[in-house]
Amino acid sequence: MSAAGEPVLDIRDFSVVYRSPGGDVRAADSVNLALHPGEVVGLAGESGSGKSTLAYGACRLLRPPALITGGSIRYAGRRLSAPADILQMRPDELKRLRWREIAIVFQSAMNALNPVLNVRDQLVDVIHAHLPVSRDEAHEKAASLLDLVGIPRARLRSYPHELSGGMRQRVMIAMALATDPEVVIMDEPTTALDVVVQRDILAQIVELKETLGFAILFITHDLSLLLELADRIAVMYAGQLLEIGTAGEIHREPAHPYTKGLLHSFPSLRGPRRDLAGIPGSPPDLKSPPPGCPFLPRCDYGTDACTSVDMSLATVSGVSTSADPYHVTACPFVRPDTPAPAKAAKAAEAGTDARAAEELTS
Amino acid sequence: MSTMKGAGEVGGAQVQPAPADDGAPAMEAVALSKDFRLGRGNILRAVRDVGLSLYRGKVIALVGESGSGKSTVARLLAGQEQPTSGTIRLDGQPVDLSGHRAFRRHKSEVQLVFQDPFASLNPVHTVSYHLERPIRLHQAGKSKAEVAKEVEALLEQVRLTPAGQFSGKYPHELSGGQRQRVSFARALAAEPSVLLADEPVSMLDVSIRLEMLSLLDDLRKRFRLALLYITHDIASARYFADEVLVMYGGQIVERGPAEELTQRPAHPYTQLLVSSAPDPDNLGSTLRSGTGIKITSNGARPGEAGIPAAGCLFAPRCPLADDHCRAEYPQLLQVSPARSAACWRLDIAAGELTGPQEPQTHP
Repeated sequence: MSAAGEPVLDIRDFSVVYRSPGGDVRAADSVNLALHPGEVVGLAGESGSGKSTLAYGACRLLRPPALITGGSIRYAGRRLSAPADILQMRPDELKRLRWREIAIVFQSAMNALNPVLNVRDQLVDVIHAHLPVSRDEAHEKAASLLDLVGIPRARLRSYPHELSGGMRQRVMIAMALATDPEVVIMDEPTTALDVVVQRDILAQIVELKETLGFAILFITHDLSLLLELADRIAVMYAGQLLEIGTAGEIHREPAHPYTKGLLHSFPSLRGPRRDLAGIPGSPPDLKSPPPGCPFLPRCDYGTDACTSVDMSLATVSGVSTSADPYHVTACPFVRPDTPAPAKAAKAAEAGTDARAAEELTS
Repeated sequence: MSTMKGAGEVGGAQVQPAPADDGAPAMEAVALSKDFRLGRGNILRAVRDVGLSLYRGKVIALVGESGSGKSTVARLLAGQEQPTSGTIRLDGQPVDLSGHRAFRRHKSEVQLVFQDPFASLNPVHTVSYHLERPIRLHQAGKSKAEVAKEVEALLEQVRLTPAGQFSGKYPHELSGGQRQRVSFARALAAEPSVLLADEPVSMLDVSIRLEMLSLLDDLRKRFRLALLYITHDIASARYFADEVLVMYGGQIVERGPAEELTQRPAHPYTQLLVSSAPDPDNLGSTLRSGTGIKITSNGARPGEAGIPAAGCLFAPRCPLADDHCRAEYPQLLQVSPARSAACWRLDIAAGELTGPQEPQTHP
């Protein structure tokens, strides 16, 4: 929970572009994000916001046309003698880092698992590739990994297609944990699953995290899930981080207009029915981003000053209850307690959408 | 809400729209079942004995996990699958799909919107082609100029404006939300009375979903559509639907007014669904402390538990299941005037809701 102490993974001024004939796409633009030991950081963003680019870029898993154009990624694991910059690592160092230190759970377990190998062989493969153990030890380890994620040992001989979607995702988690990594990056690990299974798996992830002590970077488009799961949340939009704060602060005192909009975008199941507004419009084209704040075209609070705004994250200021210096926002104009601007002008501009949204919730 | 008696009174083919809140259902399914043969004598009972009524201007949400049979219900209603047993009525008339003409007539009244707007639009055709075709098919005798005008009107209805800018575009030139708007416009081109929307917003980003749902709601009001909203997201059903039907294993296990059902679920499965949904207002939740969920799946994981051959379909995962549940299949029983649930243990599952239990008049 605390943002104090040494981060295990420290991403600084990290930028990635995708080269394309029509111009560079700035998928990650000077991103700063730290992950502390044992912490769950949620990275929330829409598709195309650059959240996966950021996470894969941090492990240097991107291929051309993606190009890392700047920044540093400092990894300070317990097993390393000194912190190292992942962006400066040689291939053999990278090989030792990946999986052993930083593991990834991918979204689509069916595609990430090898369809012609059974569960045991895939687990043993990973163990042999990264740990100096005998064959028998590897087999025993594979079995105990399944215990860890609550799959009966009888399933060791099953092939991926014989498992349910939830079990496949559990196998993926078991594989990621095979080498006792310090950081686990989870890229929408439960998006393809039903809510009941999703909940089961999330509860299990939290339990494993508490037992084994790894840190999680959890990528999802579902902010409502992160509010419950994450210690801290980073909100990404158009390749930039717009706000970082604890889950509680993001929920109670969202500072950035985009975060505010997101929080009013999903229907809640419990409590009184809230007014839902949604966010009209769509994200900008990253080939030719508008000057200043990328959210400006969709922002209710926007002014002319926003076209030349400095997008660096600054501490959310002037709110009595928010004493956390680590709650930061990219918007210097809007604070958590800024009243929403009059809807009338915007509604007329946006056509009937806003009216319909109001009708829907009335 | 719906009774079979009411439907019988509406003979004749006069399609004059009835008032939204009362009157006969625009579409009705009675004891609808669909079995799929899986080979080796195995049969998958995808839909069991489903009854539902769609009224013009009303939204019914069909909520369930993947594999619960909710999409099969939509395909049966749309006439894409033949039911194994049961009846579908459109404006009080039993649906007849025996001929090409009858099938087309059914299509012009009942339209489907699919989940994935990338897969449901043809990548080699423009937006206007997608809209002209249904107009020509279902509104025969229109001149070229009239069709073009209609395309423009449709694009404006789904707020793809200026229409001229969109009509010549190909699907890959549109965003996910814009593509789904084209799907809506295509469904409206047939001037249907019933719209079956199968997970219409699940593929879209969170910030766009709400806008699309309000568009759908707006269209429902403007055209007085009878709307079936199929979703796995029970929270959106709470905000969007008038009535919610919860499906499990092909059976409707609970039905009731949206707000009431989501706030006080009666069936143990609905309770599990509700307690599994992410709850942003529940910081420091059961999830964070890692203590698990209130109603557990009783050790059995979904998918492994399977659907039992006898008794209640949910029994293998239900914490309340007893021998009676494992032996006898529960029918929908009335819980309160507007609500019913298929559960033998309602006295415990929904103690405060249950009045005297008596079988309902409709399936």
